[in-house]
Formats: sequence, C-alpha cells, structure tokens
Amino acid sequence: MSYIIDRRLNSKKKSTVNRQRFLRRYKKHIKDAVEDAVNNRSITDIDKGGNVTIPRRDISEPVFHHGEGGIKQKVFPGNKEFVVGDQFQRPQGGGGGGAGDGKASNQGEGEDDFTFQIDQEEFLDFMFDGLELPYLVKKQLKNTTQYETRRAGFTNAGSPDKIHIVRSLRAAHARRIALSGKERRKIRELEEEMETLRARLPDTDAESQIQHLKTEIDELKAKLKRVPFLDDFDIKYNNMIKVPVPSSKAVMFCVMDVSGSMTQSIKDMAKRFFILLYLFLKRNYKHIEVVFVRHHTHAKEVDEQEFFYSRETGGTIVSSALDLTAEIIEQRYSPSDWNIYVAQASDGDNWDGDSSKCSDVLNSRILKMVQYFAYVEITTGPHQNLWHEYEKLQASWADSFAMQQIREPSDIFPVFRSLFEKKTEGAA
Amino acid sequence: MKKREPISTGAEWTFDLIAEYDHEIGRIANEYGLDTYPNQIEVITSEQMMDAYSSVGMPLNYNHWSFGKQFVDTQQNYKRGRMGLAYEIVINSNPCISYLMEENTMTMQALVIAHACYGHNSFFKGNYLFRTWTDASAIIDYLLFAKSYINRCEERYGVDAVEELLDSCHALMSYGVNRYVRPQPLTADEEKERQQAREEYIQRHLNDLWNTIPKKEGEEIPMVARFPQEPEENILYFIEKNAPLLEPWQREIVRIVRKVAQYFYPQKQTQVMNEGWACFWHYTLLHKMHDEGLVNDGFMMEFLHSHTSVVYQPPFDSPYFSGINPYTLGYNMMQDIKRICVDPTDEDREWFPEFAGKDWNETLDDAMRNYKDESFILQFLSPRLIRELKLFTIMDDAGKANLEVTSIHDESGYRKVREDLAAQYNLGNREPNIQVYNVDVRGDRSLTLRHFMYNQQPLGESSDEVLKHIHRLWGFDVHLESVLPDGTVSKSYHCPEMAQEEITESLL
Repeated sequence: MSYIIDRRLNSKKKSTVNRQRFLRRYKKHIKDAVEDAVNNRSITDIDKGGNVTIPRRDISEPVFHHGEGGIKQKVFPGNKEFVVGDQFQRPQGGGGGGAGDGKASNQGEGEDDFTFQIDQEEFLDFMFDGLELPYLVKKQLKNTTQYETRRAGFTNAGSPDKIHIVRSLRAAHARRIALSGKERRKIRELEEEMETLRARLPDTDAESQIQHLKTEIDELKAKLKRVPFLDDFDIKYNNMIKVPVPSSKAVMFCVMDVSGSMTQSIKDMAKRFFILLYLFLKRNYKHIEVVFVRHHTHAKEVDEQEFFYSRETGGTIVSSALDLTAEIIEQRYSPSDWNIYVAQASDGDNWDGDSSKCSDVLNSRILKMVQYFAYVEITTGPHQNLWHEYEKLQASWADSFAMQQIREPSDIFPVFRSLFEKKTEGAA
Repeated sequence: MKKREPISTGAEWTFDLIAEYDHEIGRIANEYGLDTYPNQIEVITSEQMMDAYSSVGMPLNYNHWSFGKQFVDTQQNYKRGRMGLAYEIVINSNPCISYLMEENTMTMQALVIAHACYGHNSFFKGNYLFRTWTDASAIIDYLLFAKSYINRCEERYGVDAVEELLDSCHALMSYGVNRYVRPQPLTADEEKERQQAREEYIQRHLNDLWNTIPKKEGEEIPMVARFPQEPEENILYFIEKNAPLLEPWQREIVRIVRKVAQYFYPQKQTQVMNEGWACFWHYTLLHKMHDEGLVNDGFMMEFLHSHTSVVYQPPFDSPYFSGINPYTLGYNMMQDIKRICVDPTDEDREWFPEFAGKDWNETLDDAMRNYKDESFILQFLSPRLIRELKLFTIMDDAGKANLEVTSIHDESGYRKVREDLAAQYNLGNREPNIQVYNVDVRGDRSLTLRHFMYNQQPLGESSDEVLKHIHRLWGFDVHLESVLPDGTVSKSYHCPEMAQEEITESLL
C-alpha cells in the first residue's frame, strides 16, 4: 500500500530561515564584500546582486579526525601491474596516497574558498544596513496629503465597472432559494401525493385527482419561473476607499561645480556619490525625481548626460547654483508634497567673496525646506574657504546639514555612510 | 507466461502511471518476499530537493546556520551545473517517505520506486542496526518536538546562545552514541513527559556529584580512582549528565543532538550494504517487469544506462577516482552472493560452504538482516569479486620513506585484502577513538579525554577547535591526551592553552 503525494505546491522556501542564519553569522564577511563591490564595480551595475567569498577555514565546522602520520592501510580497486612488495614514493601533497575520508567529497576541492551569491535585494540591504535618512519618519507622519485607493469589502451601490460577479450571483442564488422555498415544498408534497395515487391505478377517481394535481404542480412551477434570475439588489460592488498615505515622493538635487578645476576623475567620484544617494532614496520612496544643477560662474539646470560629461571652464560662483536650487524648489517642489534632498559636490574652490553669500542662501532659503543637505568636498589638498564657511552652518542645522571630504574612490562609501548614519534622536 | 502490454511507452510520467508502476513493482517485490513499511511517495521540485539536502534529508529539522551553508553550497553548485541532484531521497520512517524529483522521466521514477520504496525501505525495516538504533515510527514526531523545543529556547534565551550551543554539540556529534549499549526507543509523547522529570533529576544528581561541603573530621574520604570509573565513549551523553554549569534547557539540547546523531548512526555503518541491497533489488525487480512484458526495451535501455553509471568503479589512477564506490561494492557483492548460491564454482564451495548452492533469496535476506558493512565484507567478499575489482592494499607508514603494496588479488592475498577492506569500514578505525577518561572532581573540575590511538595515527589539525567547543560545554579546563597502546601519552592538547612549563609539569 503506497500513498502518492504531490508536494510540489508546498512552500519552497523551507531553507530560508537557515539561509538567513547563515548570512547573519557571516554578516561581516558579506559587508566587506559588498563594500568592495561598491568601490570597485562600475556604477551602472551597482544594484545587481553580488558574489561573496568566505575563506573555507572561517566557515568549517571542526570535528575530530585523523591527521597525517601513523600507519594507514587502504584498499584500492583497479590494480594493473603491482605485485606484493612493490614500493613507490609517496605522492606529494596528497593525503599520503589516500583520498580523505568521506567528508571531503561534499566540501569540493578542500581549500577552495566558499563562494556564494546574494541577490540584489540582499545586496542593497547590506549596502544600506544601518543607514536611515534623517527625518524620514517625521516627514511621513506629517502632511498626509496623498491618497491611495484600497479595496474595502463590498457594497450594494456602485458603478457597473465595479460589479463583483461571483458575489452578485451568489446573492441571486440565495435570494432565489429563499423566495421559492414555499412553492418547492408544496410541489414535493403534491408529487408524493401523486405517487400514492398512482399506486391505486387504474382507478378513475385517482386518475382525475392526478390530473388535478398535475395542473396544480404546473401552476406552482410557472410561479417558480417568475422568480427573477437576477434582481437589482442582488448586485454587489467592490468597495474602494481612499486612504491617506504618507508622502512618498522625493526630489533629489545634484549640485556640482563644473569649473575648470574639476577634472573628469573628480566628476566621476561625484557621480558615484550621487548614484549611491539615488539608489538609497529609491529604496525609501516610491517616486523620485532628480534635478541636475551645474554651475561655474552661472548655474544651469541640465540633463544627466550634460551634467556629468560636458566640459566647461571658468571661475566659480557657488551661490549661483544655490540660488537656482532655491528657485526651483519654490516653483516646482512644494516642501509639503516633496521630500527634498540636496547633494552638493565640489572641489572646494569658490570665488572669495561668494562663500559668505552661499551660507546666507542656505540659511535663509534652502535649509528650512529640505530634509537633508549633504556637501562633499572632493579634494586632496587643504580645505578651501567654502568649507570653513559651511562649518559655521553645521552647529545651527545639525539635523539637516552634513559635510564630508572625499580623497579617493574608496572613501566614497564610508563617507556616504557617515553622512547618512542613523540619527535616531533626529528622527524621533 | 503470457506477455502483457507495457504499462507506458513515453518518457512523461503522470500520477496515475506512478501509482500503476508502484502497484506492479510492489506486487513483484512481494513475490520475492521483501518486507517493507508502507510507502509514502512524494513528488517534489528540484528546489525542494535542495531544501531536503540541506536538512540532512529530513523533512523537518531544527534551524541552524550550518544547514543554511549547506543549502547555499548545494544551490550554488547546482546552478552552475557542477553537480546533479540525487534522483531520490528516502527517509527511514514509518511510513517510509521517498522523494521523487519532478524532472525524472517515467523510467527514472520507476527505477527510484524500485530502489528506494522497496530496496532501501526493506533494508530499514529488516537490518538489525536500524531495528536497534532507530525507531522509524517515532522519528518524525521526535524531530517535531526537537524543532519546537529549540524554537522556544531561541525565543527565551536568544538565537546566539542556542546557536553557540548547537555549534559545540555538532562538533561532537560523532561522539554522541553508545556503541554497545542498546538504546531505549522513545515516542515523542513520552519524551515530552520525561523531559520535565529529567531536568529535576539531573540537577539534584549533579549537586551530589559537585557537593563541596567539607566532610566531617575522621570520616574517611574514599579513594575514588577516577570519575567515571570506566572511560565513557559517549561524550555528549557524559556532558549532558555531568557538565557542572549547563542549564536544564542546554542539557535538553545536547540530548536532542545526541538523539539525532543516534538516528543517523546505522546509516554510517551500512552504506555499502544499504546501497548494494537497493541496487540489487531495483535491478532484479525491473528485469522481472521486463520479463513479464510490463516495460519495453526502450525503458530497459534507459534504466540500464543510469544503473551502470551508478555502479561504475573508476580505477585508482583515474581522475574520477574518489575512493571505493559503495554502490559498486555493495551491488557486486549482492549479485555475487546470488551467483554463489545459484551457480557455485569449486572455489566458492571451498570458501563459502555454509551457503554455496543454497536458496539465494534466503541467504541475501539473512545477510541484509544480520550484518553491517564491516562484518558483511568480512563474511561475504569472495575471491572472485576481489579479482574482478582488482583490489589491492597499500600501506602508508609515516615512519618509512616509501609506500608499499602489501597484498593483492592473488591466492595469498584474498584474506588479507578482505580484512583490510573490512577494517576500512570499521567506524572505530575511521574516526579517532576518543573517550572521557577522568574528571578532577575534588580539584579544578577539569575534564580529561583520552584518544586511544589506532595504528599510531595522530589527530588532525582541527582538534584544538573541537576542544574549545568541549570547553564551552564543560565550563572548566579540558585536556585531551593521545595515548599509545602501551599507555604512554604521545601528545596532549589543552583548552585553555597551557604555558609550556605547565605542560611539562602535568606530564611528570
């Protein structure tokens, strides 16, 4: 006696918990691998999954086993020319002429590193692990001006496109059963009566009574037929309601200096920083717009290609870009609807008289509207005047203003992390 | 006999076809007298097969990162095409659960049914080791109990604490079995009832052992030579019962790992027999089906193709060689026994007078029931098969410069090769023999283990790591001594590590 069961429909992810335990245990290795990938990989495929490699010895589970040495006798198959007493040299490196014990087979080539893949979701989780945008929570609770339609049961009124067919027919069926109960019971009784009469056939009296009953049944059946198949109040509609949802829109301003002093390598670094920010926002907001503002002595809103790759020369007036940013925010991105992030990258060069104007613009116009303003200075030299000016701002806008210096590509990710480190007190 | 129509001719399987094949294979198996548990055949996907792989083939198990590692590894290798998955996994339970992969063709499903549902199944039910050490009807219940108990511990004491403990227990899993004492099978219900009682009992018993209240003056302190008086081979058991600092829940988890280890213990000792038995029977059953006309020649071609690749033994110098293939050895020995019964030569009559020419089915049945790999080889490996497989022994003595061929498949070597091969399957030789030797009950509570060396083989390099795990469980110093047969200590390990002078001191 055998039972045959189709298990294919059962949940497949039985090992998920164990897999997560494994990832959890080797979090540090995986984080290192992810950081490496972020730093070295081309930016365009940064949000794919990745390979993680862990040295075998780090994940081995130790057990007692025999080591090298002692006397080992082992039987082998497939003898060709050996006779008793033959001697030959011990093969180098191998386990003294013997393959390892049974355990070795499923461990692959022994000393190989253990490599496995994590998918995109996990990759990004590890990448953004521990990061949290400041004020995210606060903003979400505030200004619930957006709505989402959600299903909420069924109603008796609505527009025809919302008809729920199964429910409607079920209601109709129930109504028909309810309305016709009396008649059907009557019909059953009459039919039984007819049966008993039939038993008495051939009897003229019975025959006429049967006739009589027949007409009565027919009448009742006709009455049943008159119960409508579908009535107005059978029809059920899907009920949709509007639910206010937290604002899930974000706009990100990329502000960059493109004056002559900015080389392509500096711009590339800036680009990585912007992309990290973009990826990060993408995980937190449903809808993101990106505005590129570049400047030398004038500021201009441009598309991505031009932003990163067109060359300009000339002096540097940073305030022009900040002015433009403030204008765009005022015109297009009302702070009540949008979460606004500004990231500014520059080599720190600015025209001497302009830096104080910059901090004025930030102070009075920009910082009060944005969630976060991040400034990165990409330079190997000493800090320039803009940095010192900005430093003064930090004290008064500690929650929404941050600045860091980047020297080389491998700095980008750590800097990004420290800029967006969890600020729980700020979010609370 | 009148030939019947083949059951099916295509490669596609359906549930109806599986049922029909199973019915016919079951009927033939019954004619041969195979005694099996009822079968539960489950069709699964490759992904589910990987799940099953990673929880050591069990349908459910407690959670641990090492199973996750196994899963990731399997998944990775499978995706890259480095390995295929097994066609089937079979679980020693009642009813006997077999997993069939949905990718298999109808032929493969029939092969798997014959192999697992009737071959392995009857082995589980008949072999003395399985009968003694495992309780097929209780294992699923027990695992359920174990899983939920460990889950509760994780909720209560944290995932990390449980994980550490399991790591340590897993390191000692091979030392969680009493080889010579027959265990008491338990059902899950009894287990639950007893668990509470056990907790209390052990704590009281422990207090007794570790009682430090000074004895009254004049009262003789009995000279206890050692504790335990006899060396204890079941290290996990010893720890469960005697480790001074473990909490009751920790003892229970040690016990769970021990019980699971015990469940797998017979499988380690009967691999050759178990696979040989199953291969022999799928071969026999499917051929019988072909004789009756239930399957066509195409079916047999496909079946034989995969059968021969399973029982192929690459020679020792082949790049594919990775030890003796248990399927080859087991299958050939089973066929050989049948041959000796049905068509014995003079040599066979001389070597196997007890069964040459007897009823083959009875002889095989007796072999299946009453032997394990070691004794099976020692008893049944024939000179003819040694010649066919061209078996020879190489001795690797670390004290000598060269390897030496000590015996080959000739008249003077048959017995020696057979003994060497049997010894190779002796679990006691394969795994270092380590036992609890002494506990310093009145002193620093240190635990001393002894490694009784076999053929002067030292311990491998991970011993220090394992010792750390034992130290975690025991809570006080742990020493491990490798001892030569004459009683001299050849090497000792300590956790925590000792300074050099301390070591010399302790040796004096």
